[in-house]
Amino acid sequence: MFHREYSILRLVVEAARGHRDWRPLWRHGAPQSAYDAIIVGGGAHGLAAAYYLAREYGMRKVALLERSWIGSGNAGRNTTIIRSNYLLPANTRFYEWSLKLWEGLERALNYNVMVSQRGLVNLFHSGAHRDAFIRRGNAMRLMGIDAELLDRADLRRLCPAIDLDNARFPILGALAQPRGGTVRHDAVVWGYARAADHLGVDIIQDCEVTGFLVNGSRIDGVTTSRGRIRSPRVGLAVAGHSSRLAKLAGLRLPIESHVLQAFVTEGVKPLVHNVVSFGAEHFFINQSDKGGLVFSGDIDGYNSYAQRGNLPIVEQVCESAVALMPALGRLRILRSWGGVVDMSMDSSPIIDKTAIDGLYLNAGWCYGGFKATPASGWSLAHLIATGESHPLARDYRLDRFATGRLIDERGIGPFPARH
Amino acid sequence: MRIPCPFCGERDLSEFEFLGDAALQRPDPTAPEALERFVDYVYLRDNPQGIHSELCQHRYGCRSWLVVERDTGTHDIASVRLAADRSACVSAEVA
Repeated sequence: MFHREYSILRLVVEAARGHRDWRPLWRHGAPQSAYDAIIVGGGAHGLAAAYYLAREYGMRKVALLERSWIGSGNAGRNTTIIRSNYLLPANTRFYEWSLKLWEGLERALNYNVMVSQRGLVNLFHSGAHRDAFIRRGNAMRLMGIDAELLDRADLRRLCPAIDLDNARFPILGALAQPRGGTVRHDAVVWGYARAADHLGVDIIQDCEVTGFLVNGSRIDGVTTSRGRIRSPRVGLAVAGHSSRLAKLAGLRLPIESHVLQAFVTEGVKPLVHNVVSFGAEHFFINQSDKGGLVFSGDIDGYNSYAQRGNLPIVEQVCESAVALMPALGRLRILRSWGGVVDMSMDSSPIIDKTAIDGLYLNAGWCYGGFKATPASGWSLAHLIATGESHPLARDYRLDRFATGRLIDERGIGPFPARH
Repeated sequence: MRIPCPFCGERDLSEFEFLGDAALQRPDPTAPEALERFVDYVYLRDNPQGIHSELCQHRYGCRSWLVVERDTGTHDIASVRLAADRSACVSAEVA
């Protein structure tokens, strides 16, 4: 294993040899004709699922199919935030497990994914807002999750750039989760891919799934742009395009695809030390290690598969940025981009079996897929390997819309554009 | 994205609010399978990549409800008509 493991000793040896022996992180190969399990979608969720299938459930013949290159979709388009500050028990349990997996991920993968628990700060602006946040904080603490109430003096010390005396939305305090933070998103993709590859998973890029092979009511494999691949177990992890893929299998989902834009400014010296979210508008911001301020806000509000948004949201997000931190008005935006997200009907994800035996669905991640990556992969792997929902994901069922067991954090109702 | 309102002409996206799929038909609540049909109606969506017809209100303009046919892959708008005309067509078909 020495030629594979990363360590200080390995670095010294490779340096002495002139850095000639570093290997690619994963193999590039053609698909075999059959596998024990196929994961569709080479984003962070799919790669995590493939890795845990191999590591936790001992599956060795696993293929991961990606139509483009791995990490080319939402895995590389998010704002890299991790947290578990939910109110409803189903979400609290699941996202806390995810955060715990993040905390041990670098050791597990032998790869630096730059987990930075710099703390999450959610601002509140009124007495009612404070009460709602205290309730949320109490719900978190009852589940053993860290939550702290901050006052204005704390905020002044933590983040002097915040305008606490905004005339329209004065800031009274914040609910903080000190263990929240950020992770380097591309490194997550590469780290999982490398670890999965070492366990024998075939990562097949440039391989688009064009249909499903179904025998009676059982899945028998997929048809792809690189031929037929047979497998008795297929997991979909293609959030953004879940409806499109599910339609190929004859399924209709409680999901709309929407575009979520994000932005990064030119790099500056350390200014925002935590992940900060504004409470008056939907707006969240953090500073990358390169110094760029990374921020985002609402989805555009109309169905889209375009991976680019429109100007009204650009304006709204920038107004929020300047209202929260007036100094940001002096910065230039370097880039903006859009990602296509699965907006589910209750703002919570779906990890479940489908009407076709052996076809499993991981979808509906709305705004929050990135932080869920480890637990999502873990739960999908469990589902594929055992045919049963993982206890942590048992509430993320597809039939909850028919049975009324919705998990709607903000009580919005079945209007994805407003979640 | 600019949307040509039948009353106001081409207006900026910021004046409009989208409600969603315009093809959905409210089921008959007295039908025997009403419960299943309402679950489909309330929660399930075709969510196509390509031409999609959706209900949209010119909220910060003339407040008309519109049906916009739009390509979800490119944001190109194929047609815009009044939702009222659509219900007129629908009720004519029902009658």
